[in-house]
Amino acid sequence: MHSTLSFSRATTVPTTNYAFHSQSPINLRFCGLRREAFGISILTRSSSGRVRLSTRGRSKRISASTGNNGTPPKSFDYDLIIIGAGVGGHGAALHAVEKGLKTAIIEGDVVGGTCVNRGCVPSKALLAVSGRMRELQSEHHMKALGLQVSAAGYDRQGVAGHANNLASKIRSNLTNSMKALGVDILTGFGTIVGPQKVKYGKVGFTDNIVTAKDIIIATGSVPFVPKGIEVDGKTVITSDHALKLEFVPDWIAIVGSGYIGLEFSDVYTALGSEVTFIEALDQLMPGFDPEISKLAQRVLINPRKIDYHTGVFATKITPARDGKPVIIELTDAKTKEHKDTLEVDAALIATGRAPFTNGLGLENINVVTQRGFVPVDERMRVIDANGNLVPHLYCIGDANGKMMLAHAASAQGISVVEQVTGRDHVLNHLSVPAACFTHPEISMVGLTEPQAREKAEKEGFEISVAKTSFKANTKAQAENEGEGLAKLIYRPDNGEILGVHIFGLHAADLIHEASNAIALGTRIQDIKFAVHAHPTLSEVLDELFKSAKVKAPASTSSPISEPVAA
Amino acid sequence: MQTQFGSAVFPRLLRRSLSYIPSILYSLHSLLNLFHFFRFLSNSSPQSQKHKEMASPFLSNTIISFSSSLSSSSSLPRLAPSIPFSAIRSKSTPRRILTVRSKIREIFMPALSSTMTEGKIVSWVKSEGDVLSKGESVVVVESDKADMDVETFYDGILAAIVVGEGETAPVGAAIGILAETEDEIAEAKAKAASKSGASTPSAPPPAPTPAAASTPAPPKSTPAPAAPTVAEGPRKTVATPYAKKLAKQHKVDIESVVGTGPYGRITPEDIEAAAGLSPSKKNVGLAVVVETKPAAPAKAPAASAAPSSLPPPVPGSTVVPFTTMQSAVSKNMVESLSVPTFRVGYPVTTDALDALYEKVKPKGVTMTALLAKAAAMALAQHPVVNSSCKDGKSFTYNSNINIAVAVAINGGLITPVLQDADKLDLYLLSQKWKELVEKARAKQLQPQEYNSGTFTLSNLGMFGVDRFDAILPPGQGAIMAVGASKPTVVADADGFFSVKNKMLVNVTADHRIIYGADLAAFLQTFSKIVENAESLTL
Repeated sequence: MHSTLSFSRATTVPTTNYAFHSQSPINLRFCGLRREAFGISILTRSSSGRVRLSTRGRSKRISASTGNNGTPPKSFDYDLIIIGAGVGGHGAALHAVEKGLKTAIIEGDVVGGTCVNRGCVPSKALLAVSGRMRELQSEHHMKALGLQVSAAGYDRQGVAGHANNLASKIRSNLTNSMKALGVDILTGFGTIVGPQKVKYGKVGFTDNIVTAKDIIIATGSVPFVPKGIEVDGKTVITSDHALKLEFVPDWIAIVGSGYIGLEFSDVYTALGSEVTFIEALDQLMPGFDPEISKLAQRVLINPRKIDYHTGVFATKITPARDGKPVIIELTDAKTKEHKDTLEVDAALIATGRAPFTNGLGLENINVVTQRGFVPVDERMRVIDANGNLVPHLYCIGDANGKMMLAHAASAQGISVVEQVTGRDHVLNHLSVPAACFTHPEISMVGLTEPQAREKAEKEGFEISVAKTSFKANTKAQAENEGEGLAKLIYRPDNGEILGVHIFGLHAADLIHEASNAIALGTRIQDIKFAVHAHPTLSEVLDELFKSAKVKAPASTSSPISEPVAA
Repeated sequence: MQTQFGSAVFPRLLRRSLSYIPSILYSLHSLLNLFHFFRFLSNSSPQSQKHKEMASPFLSNTIISFSSSLSSSSSLPRLAPSIPFSAIRSKSTPRRILTVRSKIREIFMPALSSTMTEGKIVSWVKSEGDVLSKGESVVVVESDKADMDVETFYDGILAAIVVGEGETAPVGAAIGILAETEDEIAEAKAKAASKSGASTPSAPPPAPTPAAASTPAPPKSTPAPAAPTVAEGPRKTVATPYAKKLAKQHKVDIESVVGTGPYGRITPEDIEAAAGLSPSKKNVGLAVVVETKPAAPAKAPAASAAPSSLPPPVPGSTVVPFTTMQSAVSKNMVESLSVPTFRVGYPVTTDALDALYEKVKPKGVTMTALLAKAAAMALAQHPVVNSSCKDGKSFTYNSNINIAVAVAINGGLITPVLQDADKLDLYLLSQKWKELVEKARAKQLQPQEYNSGTFTLSNLGMFGVDRFDAILPPGQGAIMAVGASKPTVVADADGFFSVKNKMLVNVTADHRIIYGADLAAFLQTFSKIVENAESLTL
């Protein structure tokens, strides 16, 4: 599935000592990853059509149906209903059909959700363009290969068209695959009205009530816009607008240097813009392994037309109007004092994403969201206000905030289907890879080095780090793309892989050998005997595993042994 | 059979050898690096000799720490003596407490591989004035094998960069100066200056006088003392990210640059112009025109291209560098030399125009608007004169008639553009023109307001100039130079004398696309429109 992405990345808290109940959304650390995301209590959201309308519908509904609320129906219309047809819902639906469940999916907007329509998919189209532009513009690189290219140019309309076409192609693939398998696609906004009961309907039409044995909430997220920032969709934009590429500003400020910001900086600089990053934390790319982010900064930031302000919040952003440029007020993150004012042509707000869970009717089943996120246990079962599990109700993907990645949502959905069909399953989130599609790419799975060190100290084991360089890889050299690093964090005593981080050519495709190894519990002493074709980039990981020094001997039987503890 | 066998074995061997070569090389590096790192240098005071620790080179191409104390006059002790010596020093910890007051250290070009004799500075991770703490990487050095981060061992302030980005220095040469406290920056700078005097001529060395130690702070190296006052002024300098980078790279004082970008911001082109570089991008958008006297500015770049022919400067002359705008003018003028131009003049009777002007003047209509309107109406009938030749192979017919009008603003020249001048009526056009001029004075013209012109108008008539000829700005097909309207005695076909107001207009055009007959026909139309000026108000 096309679920490689970066766009549904998490809104997470800045640091571990961040006060849980803080009132100020400004304090949020944006674009982090790999940690449980905390929500945002104050959401300034414009696209809340669903929220408002379904709220109206709901109040009506409650008065009408209080009588039978609380008593689950005896027979069901469906085995499984999924609210939200994004990548998570789609993955769950496909797996449910495979398991023989009668499945329906409710979607109020377009099939495909954020990833396909406003996230990973169209952004990959833009990044494909930016990658080529970058290559063609790099005279030095071309010369080294013996190529001659006269001035490279682009047509903005054409680039935007490519992104749009890709999204609609993937969307129709998704829709067709579900239709072909017999998944009912119910159109309208879904609201839970009681146990195992969902209402859906379009604005101005009568609502339909359907029942199901199990329900999965997969409503996803929307771009998070901090307070004080006025989004006009033209000069102050979110990723939703930026992906349409309606104009390429000369100078754009990107608020947030996580995945979304980084990828857009790649796109905009390749198309000729200059970029200013605004990052609330003290360093750029805060979610990445420090060594990787350092290298990435050297390659992706310093040589490009990019500057940055770290340790500052963009407390006020005014769109361009009345002959004035976009004005950004910067406030020091620590002293809260005004620090600087920027004047730019456009600003992209890439400060993370907020769950889209308002109007789901969660109060009907006594569930209270935490800053918008639906609380769940490790099996994605929804927890109500009293801390009890709500039977037959699950929540996957960005809406639960565990790991805001499209493929994580899909994996969670599959895990839920496994459970409702009688096989207990817990998804190991440490085996879910993540990637950032800059040029070159960044990818990772498992723990970062500081996280691993913390865990090692707490649990009393030793860790080691191994590294290999892309410079030593034949294929990378042939492509003249030797810039890159792969890093392995592991336990030397038993050979367990704790984390792998790659920065280099096609890193996003290379990570899966490591993520599969983690998922299957393969140890280094075993995987190092696996054979890689030569010459390929996969030898970077081959070298990496081989350079690890593990004390434990290779297992005699099958390399696949007991799974690694999550 | 045999061939099969052979082909199966060969790649395998090849693969082995290929994949192991790099790792052998790398391990070799790390060994050699070990030796190189133990180099150290003595400080001016004997107590301050410190043992330099080094980070274990995990992988040879990771982070390498290097920095050492400033050498006195003794030659640098290298490999052999350093190891035992430093080992001894490291034990004498009590001596370290006796720190010396002045701690200025040099950062050296480290030897990153066995074969490295010189290294290129890829980039300075830190810039001058940055506070460094032990273990932070300061500079990225490119050896013959790889790029490596070089760390500092000391807390301090990066007082000066001796070898700039992109420059190379031999192994062991000082590439930067580290001061321990702010008070020492000045002293360190002086040292850097004396260093750079030898290695890089680009950095202007302020004479390191013996008095430097006693005077609180010698003036900052490059800029004129006026620069800080500019910064404190009400208007803050806005420079784009790349402009800032370029300024740093080319040691341009950004405060002294006048921004020509939108909202008066400093663009990369401004920095390039200030640094005297030819812009990386072609046709940056500043279409600037200069009238009759371009000889002087045009001469400067031409002269710099051939310095041998430059006459010696007259004693007592002063050299004033171009402002950004003047540089842009100069550049455009030189560029114009590549276009084959010719000129056609035409006398136009302006009695009707003058009469009309008197009538509409109270309504805010200016002569510029009248002339622009007349030219636009004539251009509508002669689209070829409104076209341009971009590639030397084709005509580019412009769909809009945008009249650029040359305006002198203090110390420069800009061409605000009256867009769609043929479609707007006189009053709107005049209003528009007023706005544009105000914006131009405030340096707030948007790029499309000064670079979208398809035809240029230049009028020196108000100075009494009767005729002149203009230089064709790059990217346009023609420019019209308008002289003053003067009473002239004319004889008509019947031999009757009369006095009529006549002005001479002179059009310069690109002969690749616009031929003599085209221009003549255009001028005839223009003349008719002016002579029947009432049509301008329609």
